[in-house]
Amino acid sequence: MNFDEVFEKLKAKFPGGVLERADTKPDPFIKVAPAEIRDILLYLRDELKFETIANLGGIDYPQLPALCVFYHPASYTHTLVVALKAYLPREEMPKIPSVADIYKAADWLERETYDMFGIEFVGHPDPRRILMPEDWVGYPLRKDFVTPDYYNGMPVPLYFDDPQGKPK
Amino acid sequence: MTPPDSVVMTSIDDVLKWGRSNSLWPLTFGLACCAIEMMATGAADYDLERFGCGVFRSTPRQADLMIVAGTVTLKMASRIRTLYEQMPEPKWVISMGSCSNKGGPYWAQGYHVLKGVDRVVPVDVYVPGCPPRPETLLEAVINLQKKIKVQQASLGALGLLRRRA
Repeated sequence: MNFDEVFEKLKAKFPGGVLERADTKPDPFIKVAPAEIRDILLYLRDELKFETIANLGGIDYPQLPALCVFYHPASYTHTLVVALKAYLPREEMPKIPSVADIYKAADWLERETYDMFGIEFVGHPDPRRILMPEDWVGYPLRKDFVTPDYYNGMPVPLYFDDPQGKPK
Repeated sequence: MTPPDSVVMTSIDDVLKWGRSNSLWPLTFGLACCAIEMMATGAADYDLERFGCGVFRSTPRQADLMIVAGTVTLKMASRIRTLYEQMPEPKWVISMGSCSNKGGPYWAQGYHVLKGVDRVVPVDVYVPGCPPRPETLLEAVINLQKKIKVQQASLGALGLLRRRA
C-alpha cells in the first residue's frame, strides 16, 4: 500500500470528510474536514492497519489565515506514514475532536498543541498545558505572539530597555 | 613530652575558610546538556573529588554550592529560587554555561528562557562555554575556592556577606 491507495480508499469511504490531496514536495498530504477526523483515524487504524501515530502538532498560517492540526498516522504493516491536515479558523480557541482515545500517543501531543497554539481538543482526558507554566498567558508558537516583558516579576527580555530583545 | 615546634598558630577565620573552600558540597542539580559535562566532571576522568567538591547532595539542606548547569526556563526559575533559599548559609552559586549566564542561544527569541540566572539568585562564578568542558568547570571550582579564601568567614557564617536577598 502506498499514499495513492490510501487516498483513494479514504476518498471512497469519506466523500465529505476527505477534501483534497496536495502533492507537495517531498511528501504529499491529505486535507481533511476537522469534524470527521475521528472517523477517518478510526478507519485508518482498524481497517488500513495504521497502528500508531508518529506525530501530531499544529501550524499557524497567518497568510491564509488558518490554524492547522496535522496528523501523521503510521503503519508498521505497510511501512508507511501519511500526513493529514485539518484546517481550523484562526481565532482565539478553535475546537477539534480529540483523538487521544484512538491513539494513546496523541495524548501528550494534543496537550502540547493546545499549549503552543491554543487549539482546544474536545474530549481530551487531561486538557492542561504540558510545557509552559500553568499561569502563562498566550500561545507562544502563534506568529502574533508577543513575548511578555515580565513573568511573575522576572524580566523576560535580554535587554530590558528594548523589549524586542534586539542588540544595541 | 611535646616538642616545642608542634604548635600551629592561626585564626579561627582562616581555619573556617580553609575548611569551607575544601569541602564544597554541590547540589545534584542539572537542567540541560551542561549537566552531562557536570557529571563528567564528577566522574573518574576529571575527578572533581580531588578538590574536595565531589559530594553531590540530593537535598539543598545539605548542600552549600549550587551549580546551575543548563538552560533556566521561566518555569524553573522560581524553583531555583526556592532551592537556593533552602540551602543553609554560607552558600555559593556557579552559573555554568552560556544559557544560565545570559540566556545562551535563546537570548533574542527565547520567550520561555530567563536571560541569566543572576536575575533570581546571586552568582559567584560564571563559567563560559556551550557547554563548558570539564576542565573549565574545574577551574571555576578552583576560582570559587580562591574567592572563599578571601571572604571573611565569620561574617559569612552570619549571612552578612550575601550581596542581595
